[in-house]
Amino acid sequence: MDRQHKITCVVCPRSCVGTIAADGDGIKSVSGFLCKRGEEYGRAEVTSPTRMLTTTVRINRAILPLLPVVSSRPLPRDMLLTCARHLAAVRVEAPVREGDVIVKNILGLGVDIVAARDMTVYEGARFD
Amino acid sequence: MNDFYDVVVIGGGPAGLAAALSARRHGAGRVLIVERDRELGGILQQCIHVGFGLHRFREELTGPGYANRYLRMLADTTGIETMIDTMVISLTADRQVTVVGPAVGLRTVRGGAVVLAMGCRERTRGAIRIPGSRPAGVFTAGAAQRMVNMEGYLPGREVVILGSGDIGLIMARRLTLEGCRVPAVLEIMPVSNGLTRNIVQCLDDFGIPLYLSHTVVAIRGQDRVTGVTVARVDDALRPVAGSQFDLACDCLLLSVGLIPEVELAREVNLTLDGRTSGPVVDNRRQTSLPGFFAAGNVVHVHDLVDFVSEEGEIAGRWAAVFAAGGMGGEARSADVLPGEKVRSVVPQKYVGDGDHTGQCRFYLRVSQPLGRCRVTISDRTGRRLASKRLPVAKPSEMIEIDVQHSAIEIEKGPLTVAAEGV
Ligand SMILES: Cc1cc2nc3c(=O)[nH]c(=O)nc-3n(C[C@H](O)[C@H](O)[C@H](O)COP(=O)(O)OP(=O)(O)OC[C@H]3O[C@@H](n4cnc5c(N)ncnc54)[C@H](O)[C@@H]3O)c2cc1C
Ligand code: SF4
Repeated sequence: MDRQHKITCVVCPRSCVGTIAADGDGIKSVSGFLCKRGEEYGRAEVTSPTRMLTTTVRINRAILPLLPVVSSRPLPRDMLLTCARHLAAVRVEAPVREGDVIVKNILGLGVDIVAARDMTVYEGARFD
Repeated sequence: MNDFYDVVVIGGGPAGLAAALSARRHGAGRVLIVERDRELGGILQQCIHVGFGLHRFREELTGPGYANRYLRMLADTTGIETMIDTMVISLTADRQVTVVGPAVGLRTVRGGAVVLAMGCRERTRGAIRIPGSRPAGVFTAGAAQRMVNMEGYLPGREVVILGSGDIGLIMARRLTLEGCRVPAVLEIMPVSNGLTRNIVQCLDDFGIPLYLSHTVVAIRGQDRVTGVTVARVDDALRPVAGSQFDLACDCLLLSVGLIPEVELAREVNLTLDGRTSGPVVDNRRQTSLPGFFAAGNVVHVHDLVDFVSEEGEIAGRWAAVFAAGGMGGEARSADVLPGEKVRSVVPQKYVGDGDHTGQCRFYLRVSQPLGRCRVTISDRTGRRLASKRLPVAKPSEMIEIDVQHSAIEIEKGPLTVAAEGV
């Protein structure tokens, strides 16, 4: 049986709401998107939605106790929370440079988690 | 100790950083940035999500990533001194800037020109009207963002968010990823001011309900918040009798808007714009007091940091020119006014650009939601200087429109920026 998915396109500010019908074998019909980019977005949202992940990990010897990190590529949407909880237990040491890999191939998903900024060793850091 | 700087920049966020670099590039020999926080970068350091720099760097950076680009540029530039952990506490019209901080003590420096780049602060007005005792656990969304993303504390475990602007939405996702539960985001208006993308990716993705036309009518709890009472509101935003329900939570975040930080601007009596709540500026970002320039969220609350940097560059450039004595006498000017369906426009004055080549960019907000529409800028004679078509326009999204300097004749002012449905 077909399932109807209502997808709000977020690619441009026009915010079209498209309808995608799909069954177990794949997408049957797509309507309501004003352009190709929206249509592609809609298809991906139904078949394999992905998102960038941003969160923080603990850092020692830096000016702040947290280092912001970001996924090198979008991750499967359903894995965001699991990845974030995994990263909550990670601790690194300053210094760190933007782009340094903090967790390689997180949970085997083929995506790295990298530092979002530089953090130098800070003399007045609270050691913990 | 030499306490004279060609340009003194107050605030080390993206506006201040861009202003300092630009001032230096345009000939200011000695530039100072004063920042009250322990690090430069401003509010960017707490905005860890992606969505910054698409215009400027052609990629979607995180807030700290965007700041990092500028901090590296700063490290590669000589002639810019920084005072961090140092707050500007007073200003005088002859550009004496008094600062205080643990490293410098109490000190007064003088600037050939001053750039105001203090950013904005959060409104807390919504909080004052909510009845109930004042238990712990009520924060503004921005304060909570700093706590969670920089300091490593959670404001609570079960968090209700009042206000569905982008900061509120982004905090709903952020807290969920940190293991908190967000039972609801409440919005008193019938529509959210947040980007559709944020509604989808911050709420829908995690199954967080958004209650439109709802507000908090009571906060429960003695020492700590134990819950809130929510009600639907009518067209006049009054709670509807009988619509109340309770939500259990140990924390309430208020995300009810931002407002320019203008305390210092008041001290030197700069003319303020009642619509933007920031100082009136001309297209060089000079305020009503010669030698004082302003850029970024202190002028008007921006959505995109790219435009904050752009504004900082303009202010820094002309501050350097002023400091070098190159600004000339009283320039002629034309007022720039918000017309039909436009709520505010920046800059509010036009004085030309010296060499008169290139474009002048105006930023506006519409006063009501519009579908397909046209934004225009015209002079007193009704001549249209530029126009731009848009598929949609929302009051919450800033619109920019570019005009050729060569098209503008100052004596035909004022210029009017208007929007109309088409
Ligand atoms: C709480 C909050 C959250 C935000 N979250 C987002 C978001 O999630 N996404 C997004 O796209 N945009 C967000 N923004 C918008 C963001 O502020 C802008 O994009 C941009 O960072 C503004 O730059 P700015 O330099 O004008 O101000 P800021 O970045 O605020 O910098 C101003 C600086 O001036 C310093 N300062 C102020 N007064 C003094 C003084 N008297 N002496 C010394 N220093 C002083 C401050 O400490 C600060 O570092 C947020 C804004 C706020 C207020
Ligand atoms: S479908 Fe095309 S026009 Fe519609 S919102 Fe998406 S990108 Fe914009």
